[in-house]
Amino acid sequence: MIEVKGLTKYFGPVTAVNDISFVVDKGEILGFLGPNGAGKSTTMRMITGYLTPSEGTALIGGKDIVSRGLEARQSIGYLPENAPVYPDMTVLGFLNFCAEIRGFSGKDKHHRVEEIIERCFLSEVRQQSIDTLSKGFKQRVCFAQAILHDPPYLIMDEPTDGLDPNQKHEVRTMILEMAKEKAMIISTHILEEVEAVCTRAIIIAEGRIVADDTPKNLKGMSRLHNTLSLDLEAKEGVDFQKELSTFSWIREVEALGARGGDEAVLRLRIRTGNPPWDPERELWRFCCQKGWTVVSLFREEGRLDEVFRMITAPDRGN
Amino acid sequence: MSLKHVKAIVKKELSGYFGSPVAYVFIVIFLLLSGFFTFSVSRFYEMGQADLRAFFEWLPWIFLFLVPAVAMRLWAEERRIGTLELLLTLPVSITELILGKFLAAWLFICFALALTFPLVITVTYLGDPDMGPIFCGYLGGVLLAAALLSVGSMTSSLTRNQVISFILSVVICLFFTLAGWPPVTEAISAWAPAWLVDLVAGFSFVTHFQDLQRGIIDLRDLVYFASVVFFMLFSTAVVLDNRRSL
Repeated sequence: MIEVKGLTKYFGPVTAVNDISFVVDKGEILGFLGPNGAGKSTTMRMITGYLTPSEGTALIGGKDIVSRGLEARQSIGYLPENAPVYPDMTVLGFLNFCAEIRGFSGKDKHHRVEEIIERCFLSEVRQQSIDTLSKGFKQRVCFAQAILHDPPYLIMDEPTDGLDPNQKHEVRTMILEMAKEKAMIISTHILEEVEAVCTRAIIIAEGRIVADDTPKNLKGMSRLHNTLSLDLEAKEGVDFQKELSTFSWIREVEALGARGGDEAVLRLRIRTGNPPWDPERELWRFCCQKGWTVVSLFREEGRLDEVFRMITAPDRGN
Repeated sequence: MSLKHVKAIVKKELSGYFGSPVAYVFIVIFLLLSGFFTFSVSRFYEMGQADLRAFFEWLPWIFLFLVPAVAMRLWAEERRIGTLELLLTLPVSITELILGKFLAAWLFICFALALTFPLVITVTYLGDPDMGPIFCGYLGGVLLAAALLSVGSMTSSLTRNQVISFILSVVICLFFTLAGWPPVTEAISAWAPAWLVDLVAGFSFVTHFQDLQRGIIDLRDLVYFASVVFFMLFSTAVVLDNRRSL
């Protein structure tokens, strides 16, 4: 369990992180969201012991990162931002070094390193010096370093930053594979990633936690949540908005204009008040009765990016 | 403190030296310079003496520029490429890190120094040298390297810029070297009381190196070098720790 208690960091007069507390249990993948400069990396650096907190502390499996830093760090795997690795070393040399520092030796070390090279798809570059590798490989080398000792706590700062879509998918698959037996914190500003892997998301802005919930509930905060999106074939002389407003459970019908440049199709967004159990079906039947051609009809789940903007930059609105 | 950790760090550092051109450039330049000063400037052959004084007299000056060049990357480079974050979040203590890095650089310079062995072979072939001063001279060279390196380690921890680290450490080492250089001590003794001259000279690398070079192993000289190294490495730890809680 990772327990973060009132972490605070001042850089001179600036408060980079302001009284952040949360708990991550085994099996949880916590997504750490926030605009650039919100304090994500600083928080992670404090949890991993790179920076000393100005106030507060974090307990890693019950061990205080400030007073028992060495023990706490033993059970953490950390992938820093931009995946720093030694350019002059070979992949094998670097991973051997990490294994030695983590206390493996002899055959045990050999097996560990070989296994991790397999797992992170590094076999073809094992003897190559790291500065000759592409960004994706470097990221994987650093990722390998973080999971080498099979740590119960994994902290990753933008693990998929700079990777191509295939590589992103690979990294996410690996994260999900490990999810059951670990507690993980992942920072990212790719919102689809949060939906894809995280069981919970914390949004921070200006050093404070502004939201802490599951990605699904966060989406529920969206203004679009549970609105119906209805595309109809345009019909001369029919005012769709007015006709639809006759339903008691429809609060507002907003015309969004022609759909994607197709003049013949009108897009309507319908905000519901107290909808029946199955508003889509009811709406569909109504349109059929009227003889309108429905091109598409679906219920919006809400968008994380909209919620993100709403929470982190409320003045700029939409 | 775990020796295993220190060993792993030493290994990693050395593989870094020999994995990049740094090691080879350093060794070649060091051997060229020491050869040039010993044979061409100090006229080793013409002096007709079977000792290595010519070499050891130049050694502090060659080290003055080359050792900071090795030390400048110790921490500044790690900070620049971001690997310091990796190192400091590994389960190793700062003491282990500093010792490991220092020992690796020291071993490396000792290795370069050992490559001057043809000089020893030359004097034993040409004459019948007193091996005592030669051994002590090498011991002095090794200790001098340690002192210069520790200064370099401290300046390197201050910055992410290797050039700044290099210049700072050359200036500090220059001060430590010049303080005991005869022309400087003479200039000071013209107006200062004798105790002050001795105090300033007592801080100098050269004063203590000279004793060893003459073949005298004085406990005071050993204590001097050990305390310089300890103080500078301790300062490195303080600087690194401060940076963490900035």
